[in-house]
Amino acid sequence: MVVRRSNGDVVESFGSSREVTAPEHEITMTMNGPHQPTNPWAPLTPEQQEARKVVNVNAETVTNTAATDIPGHYGPEQDDSWNLERFRDNFRIDFHHNKPHDAAFSLVGCDASISNAFRRILLAEVPTLAIEDVFMFNNTSIIQDEVLSHRIGLIPLTGGEKGLRWLRWFRKKPPTDDFASQAAYDADGEPSTPSDYNTVVLELKVDCRWATEAEDGRDGKKLAKEGETDPNVRYVNSNVYARDFRFLPQGQQGTYFSGDDAIRPVNPDILIAKLRPGQKIHLQCHCIKGVGMDHAKFSPVATASYRLLPQITITSPILGADAKKFARCFPKGVIGLEPSDESDPDSEPKAVVKDPMKDTVSRECLRHDEFKGKVKLGRIRDHFIFSVESTGQLRSDELFLDSVRLLKAKTERFKRHLAEFEEGR
Amino acid sequence: MSQQNGDVEMEDDMAGGAEQNGTENEDFLKEEQRLRLLPNSTTTAASFAFDKEDHTLGNALRYVIMKNPDVEFCGYSIPHPSEAVMNLRIQTWDGVSVYEVLRKGLEDLADLCDVVEDKFIAARDDFDASQPNGEAS
Repeated sequence: MVVRRSNGDVVESFGSSREVTAPEHEITMTMNGPHQPTNPWAPLTPEQQEARKVVNVNAETVTNTAATDIPGHYGPEQDDSWNLERFRDNFRIDFHHNKPHDAAFSLVGCDASISNAFRRILLAEVPTLAIEDVFMFNNTSIIQDEVLSHRIGLIPLTGGEKGLRWLRWFRKKPPTDDFASQAAYDADGEPSTPSDYNTVVLELKVDCRWATEAEDGRDGKKLAKEGETDPNVRYVNSNVYARDFRFLPQGQQGTYFSGDDAIRPVNPDILIAKLRPGQKIHLQCHCIKGVGMDHAKFSPVATASYRLLPQITITSPILGADAKKFARCFPKGVIGLEPSDESDPDSEPKAVVKDPMKDTVSRECLRHDEFKGKVKLGRIRDHFIFSVESTGQLRSDELFLDSVRLLKAKTERFKRHLAEFEEGR
Repeated sequence: MSQQNGDVEMEDDMAGGAEQNGTENEDFLKEEQRLRLLPNSTTTAASFAFDKEDHTLGNALRYVIMKNPDVEFCGYSIPHPSEAVMNLRIQTWDGVSVYEVLRKGLEDLADLCDVVEDKFIAARDDFDASQPNGEAS
């Protein structure tokens, strides 16, 4: 423990800080910096609370990166212990937009480990339905079976939400050459048999042929002789699209997936293959529930990411031409110009921060000498601007809720396991 | 890896699906124990192994456990990337039991999730009511 007196003398003390008997106003703890001249263990002032929320973004470095809201970090009188009521009071969610395929919202007042857990669960652990097995009956197209199967597997599917939630896991046999997963698989339980509650069947049957007068109202061969080169005119079904998939409801699936709720590709216009007359594709797919950690096709989101809210602090006024240049250092709308004298609208313009959320923290303003010492950049440590882009199977906002519920389910599962474990102890 | 880690409860009896697929037997099967105590652990300094878990639970749990003032140290590690195991180390002050600390950590994390869920639903419903097209004004 190093204690420094206000006259600059350094006093070494090896006991606890309580043993220091010097008058309190005379000592300054080097540990807590010069900001607490009276009580070194005093709780943080509101300004210090705000300051510790900021990650400083400097010209060459990023400082104050680690969160410090852990009991003991600031001494005994700063209460950083877990408190549900306090969390409830401080935690806030602001929505920015909420569309089925794209939601953006801010989580304010939680730690990075928590937001990151939600993000990771969104990417890898929220289950979705995707094509897993492809049964190829006939494929005379130039795209090979395995390439076609892989391509088909990546098509995002959707259907009635209630039905999708009703579907269950299908326990699939691992590949025979994967001995590790084979052993784990053999260790716990029976394999699933495909049935209506765990497997969705889709069929793709496309046959390409020349367009004929009788069926299509145009004679493709004749048009071709006349010089027509467009395959869409010459042939029928020369392009195979995702919309060509046909859902074959099994058992109870009819009640969950009928009408608008039928299992179908999210984007009907995905091009799967190209055919020429005489070529055909006939296959059936078994779709099962899976998670993103097994295969990216099961990931319910295209992206799920967050960034910290940027903070721009103008420490001394930036005026006139400098203000305009300053505004140009940032994306449009981040910096606004206001008259420096409020009562006089014709006075010199002054740069003000209008919308830091639009900033990219490019640090351009730190490269110019005229702004040296006038601006500070940072990010708010506990303000996460989340962006969730669903692939379309479930709504983006529902996906986030799923991730929260999944994290809770994890904790409850291990609470059970802990209780079980203690019984057997 | 954890497709069957069972975090998602998909058992749902609404359409009588459970009877048809033999889950009535699964109810009696003991859930696979995924929590282990590592050797040389005491009641105030212990390492737990969480099977089929990763940074998702590890870091979140580490954070809430560190929020507990009885905890001297809490850290997690994933000893090897090809093994789905997460180790969590807890050391406590003043003879406090690590089991209690771990239980409190799990409960606090569950409470936190409840708050996030409630606030999220409230914020979303408010937003949807004021912005029916999903775009902020």
